[in-house]
Amino acid sequence: MINLLDRLIAPLQYPFMVRGLLAAVMVGVVCAVVGTYVVLRGMAFFGDALAHSILPGVAVGYLVGGGARGPLFWWALGTAVLASLGIGAISKKTKVREDTATGVIFAGAFALGIALISTVRSYTVDLTHFLFGDVLGVSWGDLTLIAIFGGVVLLIVAAFYKEFLVLSFDPIFAATMRLPARFFESLLLVLIAVTIVVSLQTVGVALMVAMLVTPAATAYLLTKRMLPMMALAAVIAAASGVVGLYLSYYTGVASGAAIVLTCTACFGVAWGIQTVRQRG
Amino acid sequence: MSTFTTPFKSMLTRHHAPHQPGTPILAVSGLTVRYNGLAALDDVTFDLHAGEQVAVVGPNGAGKSTLLKAVAGVLAPTAGTVTVYGQGPGGHICIAYVPQRTAVDWQFPVTVRDVVLMGRIGQLGLFRHPGKRDLAQVHECLELVGIADLANRQINELSGGQQQRMFIARALAQEAELMLMDEPLTGLDAPSQEGIFQLLRDLRARGVTIMLSTHDLDQAVQYFDRVMLLNRRLLGFGKPAEVFTPERLMVAYGGHLHLMPFDGGLVAVGDTCCGGDRR
Repeated sequence: MINLLDRLIAPLQYPFMVRGLLAAVMVGVVCAVVGTYVVLRGMAFFGDALAHSILPGVAVGYLVGGGARGPLFWWALGTAVLASLGIGAISKKTKVREDTATGVIFAGAFALGIALISTVRSYTVDLTHFLFGDVLGVSWGDLTLIAIFGGVVLLIVAAFYKEFLVLSFDPIFAATMRLPARFFESLLLVLIAVTIVVSLQTVGVALMVAMLVTPAATAYLLTKRMLPMMALAAVIAAASGVVGLYLSYYTGVASGAAIVLTCTACFGVAWGIQTVRQRG
Repeated sequence: MSTFTTPFKSMLTRHHAPHQPGTPILAVSGLTVRYNGLAALDDVTFDLHAGEQVAVVGPNGAGKSTLLKAVAGVLAPTAGTVTVYGQGPGGHICIAYVPQRTAVDWQFPVTVRDVVLMGRIGQLGLFRHPGKRDLAQVHECLELVGIADLANRQINELSGGQQQRMFIARALAQEAELMLMDEPLTGLDAPSQEGIFQLLRDLRARGVTIMLSTHDLDQAVQYFDRVMLLNRRLLGFGKPAEVFTPERLMVAYGGHLHLMPFDGGLVAVGDTCCGGDRR
């Protein structure tokens, strides 16, 4: 018992671990709440593509700043917001299907990002951080940005909860209610973009979609209303962040991967519960 | 005809665009809708009187859904005008569109009460959450359509008839005076259909105007004040006996319809849905 408590407390003597845990919890909550819409509206591929498309922006910031980490958040934010709003325009103006257009544009953007970063000699380490996250490298400044932007995202979701609900469930009804659908659609895309940027350092570009989708999908299996779904998803994501980080600390597994795998395990359990329920 | 209960009446006048007395509840003029250059609706003109119940019939692809959506203001017409009490549909939230059941994600995590509560958001506006009065009104609407006991069910637990009742309850919560129902009877068994017709009679008593699309000519004749025969163009609109003449039906349905003399009248047998050879 004491041994277990020791094991839980021991990592906390390292400030980087405390900062990492705080980041993982905050990021988990924001991702889960926004991810609820991603899951219910079938936007997983969009979220994945958007996360990848941030890379060229981050790469430019990285090259301009000579490897400095500080300004990268802002470069990522600018790229993400532009990309999220750009996708609507792109898919409307081409003949190919929306998911095809998304794939073409964002895979290209991702390659451009890798190309840019690869021009720097020490690129492998930094690229790995961008791709898979570096939660233990989070600074107090990063935490402040995560708290502020994550908080704003949550506030906006709370303020427009019923509008987003109606728009996600029944867009035609929303139109008959004269809701400004375009505005809310764009707002949701920007919220997803900001969420991705906020989570960038915790899980990285490549694992981002898991944070958006897995906790929300897990909660979806276990709940029958949207607010409980959001709340449960947030709890699952935050808990997975903490558990994953401890796992990473004691096993030496990469932190982002450990967090995502914990989420995936939760989904497996929920899947099992749901299957048993349906049979019973 | 206009016998709204007091909570409905008091709210009707407050938030809606002014209703000019004497004007028809709905006036559609020269309505044309094109998708990629193809006309889904061509030069459709008609009026609806307040409180009447109209069935829209026509073969698949006749533009029934398009017409209902254009009237609801969800689809922008290519040409022509839709006015509700003398104003464009954008000025009104007293129009309710009841979707086809297949157009809804029934796995969505909402309860029956949540869906009916959505009807209140037009009255609430931004940044206001529904209060006790809204919930009371939602309960009243659920009781009216006879599913108050299902309020806490997730929507995928409902039968087809109950699903339809839920959307009618939402339209009531919305205080809709014009309800546009897109094939509410399709796929329902006979008792459920009878239940919906009973509900339509209740709505008539409340003065609600109904425009409903259906594949069933027989029911259109039996239950509705007027029928509209549509196949991209308006082929007839009036009393069923005047509209459902063999000539017009043949024009609307072409070779897919077979007319058989029966009991001194005509029975139409033909294309019901899905474009297959179901006879």
